[in-house]
Amino acid sequence: MLRPIIASSVLGAVVGSVLAAGVLLAQADETPGAITIDNFSFGPDSLTVKAGTTVTWTNRDDIPHGIGSANNAFKKSPALDTDDSFSFTFTTPGTYQYFCYLHPKMVGSIVVQ
Amino acid sequence: MSEIDHRDGVNRRKVLECMTWCGTGVLWTIAGGVPHSLGIMGEAQAAETKGLTFLQISDSHVGFDKPANPNALGTLEEAINKVNALAQKPAFMIHTGDISHLSKEKEFDDADHIISQSRLDVHYVPGEHDLIDADQGKIYRDRYGKTAKGAGWYSFDANGVHFIGLVNVVDLKAGGLGTLGNEQLEWLEKDVKDRSASTPIVLFAHIPLWTVYQDWGWGTQDGAQALGYLKKFGSVTVLNGHIHQIMQKVEGNVTFHTARSTAFPQPAPGTAPSPGPLKVADDQLRKMLGIANVTFKQNEQRLAIIDSPLQG
Repeated sequence: MLRPIIASSVLGAVVGSVLAAGVLLAQADETPGAITIDNFSFGPDSLTVKAGTTVTWTNRDDIPHGIGSANNAFKKSPALDTDDSFSFTFTTPGTYQYFCYLHPKMVGSIVVQ
Repeated sequence: MSEIDHRDGVNRRKVLECMTWCGTGVLWTIAGGVPHSLGIMGEAQAAETKGLTFLQISDSHVGFDKPANPNALGTLEEAINKVNALAQKPAFMIHTGDISHLSKEKEFDDADHIISQSRLDVHYVPGEHDLIDADQGKIYRDRYGKTAKGAGWYSFDANGVHFIGLVNVVDLKAGGLGTLGNEQLEWLEKDVKDRSASTPIVLFAHIPLWTVYQDWGWGTQDGAQALGYLKKFGSVTVLNGHIHQIMQKVEGNVTFHTARSTAFPQPAPGTAPSPGPLKVADDQLRKMLGIANVTFKQNEQRLAIIDSPLQG
């Protein structure tokens, strides 16, 4: 009879940690304006924020990247080395297309509401 | 084979296969558009060459210190030692960009210190990593581009061969590839217009001028237009870097070739989630880095390109 009890308590622990991870994930998602650069792509590649939100890009690649507006709607970032960040506060509603000015195949957009 | 090896082994093995095959120092000569390998490096070097021999190095990324190669300056020095050990001293060297990793003065200083040990004249074109200082390339232009036009393009002649250094890493557009731009294209058209069709042309730039792999941006948007101006020439050789691996293609009178990096390898097209630095086993790294030796022989249409790895 001992075995099922252990099994269910292990299962309980697993379910508990999955739930905890789910909560953490949800919290991370709710951080307004966070974009991570990983594997030469923007995550998320499309982000919707309220006007006045500060968007922060953080480079997790081993290669520098740079954020540029596709139509010069906002100032471009300096080159971001590994773990460097760049922030910009979007005050005017609209859709802002951007790209990596070093690797222009990398594109993303910010929708400001 | 362990499970871990197996999981990423396919990509890596495929890459290594190509690299080992390309990297044994085969001398390529091309006649009638068909490449032939003439022999191994030793034989090739032993053969007496008349004409012009120059060297290409690329993508030294001085300042790079990530796991794919914690000492990019050290491997650059190994590459220059290899140059110095060549039996036949090259006439000069071209560097096809990404001298530095982050366009810092110290990175350029360190690169210059090592490269000058070759005691060769060096003709540079910038990579995108060389133009990311606060003034967007001022450091590069002050050091290497004083006599160049625009963002750093120029041409010169050596032994009857016309060399053209182009810049395709400036003013890149969202979603696009490398770009030469109208000003440079107009300059190129004028630069070659009055030259005899029998003049051998060597065009060099950082990003490949032909599309190697669109998804990773490995190509030049207006590269075809540039090559259009060179149609009348019987011998055109295009030398690039940027992709940190050897690729070769022959199309009509044009031979395209990319050189290895002296810093770190990158994955073969589409074999990894991104083109980021490829971490290989320590004993494999130097087999995937190297230099290229290019020889022009009088009365031969094609230039012979010998790629040799730092090791193996």
